[in-house]
Amino acid sequence: MHIKLFRDRIAALKPLLFAACLMPLAWLIWDALHDGLGADPVAQLEHRSGDWALRLLLATLAVTPLRRLSGRADLVRFRRMLGMFAFFYACVHLTIYVVIDLGAYWSQVFADVVKRPYITVGFAAWLLLIPLAVTSTRGMMRRLGRNWQRLHRLVYVIALLAVLHFLWLVKADHREPLLYLAIFGALMLLRMSGRALGVRRLGS
Amino acid sequence: MYRNLPPSRGSQITPEPIYRGRRECLKALGLGTVALATGCDSGAAPEAAAGKAAEEPIPGKALPIAERGHYAVTEPMTRYKDVSHYNNFYEFGTGKGDPAETSAGFHPHPWSVEIAGHAEVTGRFTLEDLLKPHPLEERIYRMRCVEGWSMVIPWAGVGLGEVLKRFKPTSNAKYIELTTVNRPAEMPGMRSGTLDWPYREGLRIDEAMHPLALLAVGLYGHELPNQNGAPLRLVVPWKYGFKGVKSIVKIEFVEKQPKTTWNELAPEEYGFYANVNPAVDHPRWSQKTERRIAGDGFKVFGNRTPTLPFNGYADQVASLYAGMDLRRDF
Repeated sequence: MHIKLFRDRIAALKPLLFAACLMPLAWLIWDALHDGLGADPVAQLEHRSGDWALRLLLATLAVTPLRRLSGRADLVRFRRMLGMFAFFYACVHLTIYVVIDLGAYWSQVFADVVKRPYITVGFAAWLLLIPLAVTSTRGMMRRLGRNWQRLHRLVYVIALLAVLHFLWLVKADHREPLLYLAIFGALMLLRMSGRALGVRRLGS
Repeated sequence: MYRNLPPSRGSQITPEPIYRGRRECLKALGLGTVALATGCDSGAAPEAAAGKAAEEPIPGKALPIAERGHYAVTEPMTRYKDVSHYNNFYEFGTGKGDPAETSAGFHPHPWSVEIAGHAEVTGRFTLEDLLKPHPLEERIYRMRCVEGWSMVIPWAGVGLGEVLKRFKPTSNAKYIELTTVNRPAEMPGMRSGTLDWPYREGLRIDEAMHPLALLAVGLYGHELPNQNGAPLRLVVPWKYGFKGVKSIVKIEFVEKQPKTTWNELAPEEYGFYANVNPAVDHPRWSQKTERRIAGDGFKVFGNRTPTLPFNGYADQVASLYAGMDLRRDF
């Protein structure tokens, strides 16, 4: 007798995506334990966790354009997991900064948040992710109704803040953060052009 | 064990072989007294000990170092591998691993330096002629990067002031300007317009004449590797690292404060003086503390340490700035 483990293909792929999203963390821990982070391991931990928070945030934003381009509306079922992992890596990133990097000087974080624009925007991005993470359950979606979508439009602001956070900390070579800014811009354009062209909305 | 050493001068300093010996001794103690007797006698074989302290053989020619221990901080040193594989030298790329990765095609020999401007003796001099009269000295200095990390590095070099005096600067020589070599063909980072090449830095003449200012030619008792500014670089330990102009081809005595690369790029962020100062933050980040990159083993926790005024060299250099507002002239 054939036993069906998963409802459909998306359901079957979800555990794989979950495992894939954990890989950067596993890789980071492995490198940290095997002297694989170079001379300044703390900076590497910060940069790599931050990179993945930003990448997953942009991946979350890529879901809707991808659905339009591929015509596969059910891709949306990956979106929550990508968003939650973006939040997860943002938490890891912040924890590394406060607990490992600042360490005994952790109270410096308050001054940083107030005085350092790049930290201010980074921290704001993390704060704004919290309500989105909290309201990401099916029950909350039902309860909030139309307001859910309004609330979750914050993700555009968050992504922009996250890119600014990167851009403003760089000393002179802005190529990498500008690449992320370009990707963010392209994703927003795809979205807007989709709307302007009156592309059929694929329910959400 | 250290009886052959010259006496140390001043409280801040440690006789050089202690750094070589300390780690070796700790290892040797675990191996027994035979190893202690041979492995720790750094007076007999300092270069070998230096190689072992860094755990891998140090590339580059070993240097005949005549003096050690006059200036040596007591904190644990940064591994050779970390000093040489984690640094900023934008001519070779903006990543901190880039210089080590992309500098193999750089040719630091033969080398000459042009001495120009307000001095009685000017002209082009080979590196050998420039250094010949001066005994090579090893100095273990703190290095504080403006980005908020720091190292402890055993440089080999000669006092900058001693070299400059030979050219008899005139009374119009109020500053010196130092310029990095301009070789885009050998320096892949120069092909992008990150900075206004060639890299230029400067010092006020009294700063340049200060005994702590060093013209370095070596690291861990060996010739400087390309990525650390071979064959000749400046080390000014009380200033942020970007003042330490690398691969120097020109030193000019000038009357006006020279235009320097980072200061020109972002004057509100990188001052001409660039003295290490925990009381003056970089506009974008705090300078109150620093992440110290030093020692062996698991280096993830507990690296942060307070940043000291003038990077811990206030006793020696603070008088240079008497009466100046260091918040304005940062």
